[in-house]
Amino acid sequence: MGLDTTQRGRYWDNDTAMKTYDAIIIGAGHNGLTNAAYLAKAGLDVLVVEKNDYIGGASVSREMQEGWIYSSCSYVCSMMRQTIHRDLNLTRHGLVLVPYLGTVSYGDRGETLISYTSEEVNYNALRRHSPHDADAMFRLHTDLARYAQLIRKTLLRTPPDPTSFRPRDIKELLWLAKEFWALGEKELYEYIRFFTMSAADFLEDYFETDLIKAAMASAGIIGTALGVQSPGSAYILLHHVMGDVDGNIGAWGLARGGMGAISNSIAGALKELGGEVRTNAGVEQILVKNRKAVGVVLENGDELTAGIVVSNLDAKRTFTQCMDKNDLPEGIYEKAKNFKIRGSSGKVNIALSAMPKFTGVPDNRYVDRGGHNFVGSLETMERAYDCWKHGRWSDDPFIEAVIPSAWDPTVAPPGKHWMSNFVQYCPSKLADGPWTPEKRDQFGQTVIDKIERYSPGFKDLIVHMEIRTPHEIEAEIGLTEGNIFQGELTIDQLLFNRPFPGYAQYRMPIKNMYMCGSSTHPGGGVSSACGANAAREILMDLKRGNTVPEDDCYDE
Amino acid sequence: MQQYDTIIIGAGHNGLVCATYLAQEGQRVLVLEASDTPGGLAATREFFPGFKASVAHTVSHFSAKVARDLKLAVHGFDSATAPMPTVGLNSAGEHIVLSGTGAEAEINGVSAEDATSYRGYRQLLQRFAELLEPFWLKTMPRVGDTRLSSLLTFAQLGLKLRLLGKQDMGEFMRVATLPARDLMDENFDSELLKAMLSWDGLIGSKMAPRSPNATVLALLYRMSGELGGAHAIPVGGIESLIGALNSAAASTGVEVKTGARVGRILIEGSEDGLRATGVELANGEQIVAGRVVSSADPQRTFLQLLGVEYLEIEFSNRIRRLRCEGYVAKLHLALDGVPNFEGLAKPDGRMIIAADMDAIEFAYDDAKYGNYSQQLVMEILVPSLHQESLAPAGKHVLSAHIMYVPHKLKGGWTEEARAILVQLAIDTVAIYAPAIRAQILHSELLTPLDLEQIHNVTGGHWHHTEFSADQLLMMRPTYEAAQYSTPIPGLYLCGAGSHPGGGLMGGPGHNAARQILG
Repeated sequence: MGLDTTQRGRYWDNDTAMKTYDAIIIGAGHNGLTNAAYLAKAGLDVLVVEKNDYIGGASVSREMQEGWIYSSCSYVCSMMRQTIHRDLNLTRHGLVLVPYLGTVSYGDRGETLISYTSEEVNYNALRRHSPHDADAMFRLHTDLARYAQLIRKTLLRTPPDPTSFRPRDIKELLWLAKEFWALGEKELYEYIRFFTMSAADFLEDYFETDLIKAAMASAGIIGTALGVQSPGSAYILLHHVMGDVDGNIGAWGLARGGMGAISNSIAGALKELGGEVRTNAGVEQILVKNRKAVGVVLENGDELTAGIVVSNLDAKRTFTQCMDKNDLPEGIYEKAKNFKIRGSSGKVNIALSAMPKFTGVPDNRYVDRGGHNFVGSLETMERAYDCWKHGRWSDDPFIEAVIPSAWDPTVAPPGKHWMSNFVQYCPSKLADGPWTPEKRDQFGQTVIDKIERYSPGFKDLIVHMEIRTPHEIEAEIGLTEGNIFQGELTIDQLLFNRPFPGYAQYRMPIKNMYMCGSSTHPGGGVSSACGANAAREILMDLKRGNTVPEDDCYDE
Repeated sequence: MQQYDTIIIGAGHNGLVCATYLAQEGQRVLVLEASDTPGGLAATREFFPGFKASVAHTVSHFSAKVARDLKLAVHGFDSATAPMPTVGLNSAGEHIVLSGTGAEAEINGVSAEDATSYRGYRQLLQRFAELLEPFWLKTMPRVGDTRLSSLLTFAQLGLKLRLLGKQDMGEFMRVATLPARDLMDENFDSELLKAMLSWDGLIGSKMAPRSPNATVLALLYRMSGELGGAHAIPVGGIESLIGALNSAAASTGVEVKTGARVGRILIEGSEDGLRATGVELANGEQIVAGRVVSSADPQRTFLQLLGVEYLEIEFSNRIRRLRCEGYVAKLHLALDGVPNFEGLAKPDGRMIIAADMDAIEFAYDDAKYGNYSQQLVMEILVPSLHQESLAPAGKHVLSAHIMYVPHKLKGGWTEEARAILVQLAIDTVAIYAPAIRAQILHSELLTPLDLEQIHNVTGGHWHHTEFSADQLLMMRPTYEAAQYSTPIPGLYLCGAGSHPGGGLMGGPGHNAARQILG
């Protein structure tokens, strides 16, 4: 992005070094940019500072090999709030979302399960495995859709503080209670069950075929340091199916041009609204005077002053690395230190000279335009988690692969392809000492060895590989431990507990300081909801008119 | 001819508690017990000539209210015993000892920092436990119930939460679902201390230190009551509790029939629907009664004794899917003398073998796949030091809980698999008490499968069904059966599979009786 002077807007230069911004946002990830855009829309003079020489954070497209554009970190889009998409006019700024088609799940014994978007075809595919499970899939999808519907309504709302007596909190609590009450008694119990169970136990209620359970359970572990048998993983499953693409609920999509298209389009909207983005501007420290945030000191020593400071960094990094412990009220440093943000996944991006062929899968362009989930079985996935507990990467990992070039010609040269592999589990700290480039490459080797098992000849197609362990993700993107959600999605860190009890409403313990990253409600996933919610709270404090739209929750 | 108002299936402590409460109100009550002795998992058995043991040896949170109401002191139960210390065993003899309760709680063997943290940790958890305590002896109302008494229960909970104050209320709602591991890591440095404190949140369940959602609740549940989570052996042993319950029952006119296995629950249908009218014993004898109350576990009650044909399918599915697999095995050793644990003057405490939380976690990992771990974690006691009648003079009994041992072992519970596990368990104890091997006169291993067969508990599960967040409170064992009544009029539950759950507490028996009496 950098300093593009053809756009309307104010850009930082030496002459204005002493100017005071209305707001400085730390980190140009999608939430930081969204937050800035809504503040700018209200007429605030905003600056987004970004440590890298590119914007986007974990929602980024980068050309790592000539001709190949990788979505280096996040790789699918489903949670992006459509109301924000429309409100910021992201399509005009270049965002095109393409729905994801089928997914192939691979079992340990080479068996495959192909899921299709057509209900009838999907039903028949499931019947090949189990007629019982084919019927149960309808039941599961109906149930998940219902569960998701309620949570979806909370995404663009600020969680109430249950310990507060302020009218606004009580009103919001009552709203939540009313929504839950409206479910009816039986449904409420099912909700509690669902929120607290493990994905494996939850799916036991539906299916008999292990591969189908494993395929469905995979969403329950993505990005988290829990296994399919850990209580709480059923909720994470929901977190991955509550999105929507173009009104198609539960669907996943790809951003044309890679995930960077999302950040770039929000940045485009921000600039049009008069906001400013400065890259190569890592923040050394948040400046606090008289218990008020007053600006930031950059890594190059520059001091920037602002009326408010908004951190899009994770809660742990914000308080334990970017602030002076003495500036913090008692107990906050400890809360931040104890904030659970565990690295559990790696990413391997591979440039391919041709489309790989997978055994057990018909040669079909439809199938290519979807995902390849190397799940194995519930036990294989659980054992992969056990490796993580022991401080090593899984020797037989769970891999969620996508080949975006199958339907997006802009991300690879003609006839060539690129493959995104999300890999679990991979710890941020190894039991046998720090990460080294050699260990990183061994991790990558484990991944391609596994894919080769399902796609003989795969290795010969590899043109280039980008291997990212939690260590690389943290070093480049700044996500502590490489956790993709900026903090575990467990009940103790959800809703009014996110990131800490008492600070879930985007205001931080220092006056004039806010948070807008995925460490806040509703958590990770490229949704832009955290950034938008934080903007609404900030504008309320500044007594400015609200610019953040309400969510358009349609009933199914 | 209807001879009884109520038939109670099972003479475990909950069955006896429920029976006595009902009889106190004038009901004619018959308790039917399949075994030859009452007491369920707390019944004392001779496992070797002259040596006796029971699965549950200690009390920790037996309800003081139940003891008072049933006048158990008059019947020979002396609860005023000093709690025993909990000892975290260390292979170098540097043990950690927790002793006393309440304000006199002490900790030895840790750094000054951990000792300070421990006091703060105990105080906070004690506050939370006190908040929840009244609700263990209350029926948890249905969520949709708008009767005044039910609304009051919810209002009381809300009020108690608010009264914690902003800070602690927020902390309660965060901590309530934390995995043991995070709670311990936040508070302590000593690995051994973390392991021994997390133990009480995990034992008896299929949860490990990294499992979220139910561990802290299990800890708080066990911390309710006068001992604050510590354990004690009653003056006359656990038999004195079972004896007192039995005698209290008899004094109110309850009939307890042992060796009377119930074969099925009798159901009658009329234009008003189904109704439980009595039971048929395994020998074919039919006994009718106004109602049937089962202290057997929910799966046994509904699937075996009742039969799914009488149940609506969604309900029976939920019962079928209750997680009821036990993961604790019991080891009993008959010893020639007092075992000598290095670094301990006298092994009269509750000794926990788990070097760190990973040891517990990894033992659990093995059990997940149907194996027992090569690195066992255990809780051991020498109950005969507190109660001489358990062994001949000068001899002793060692009683141990071994985790995690699956009910369904891969390859089955063969003689060989048992022999290996016994050897492994003895080797584990011998790390801390090397001379013990020469003292062993006899050993007995009870796997969860054995517990199931001896005590008629599905899966050999201590708590009848898993103590997990989705099977607690108004969802224990499942909704539509969580208020002790069941979808079948005249059939009630009063066992550990109902709220508040397992452990020697008497809560389910008490609550069920109150619910029945209305």
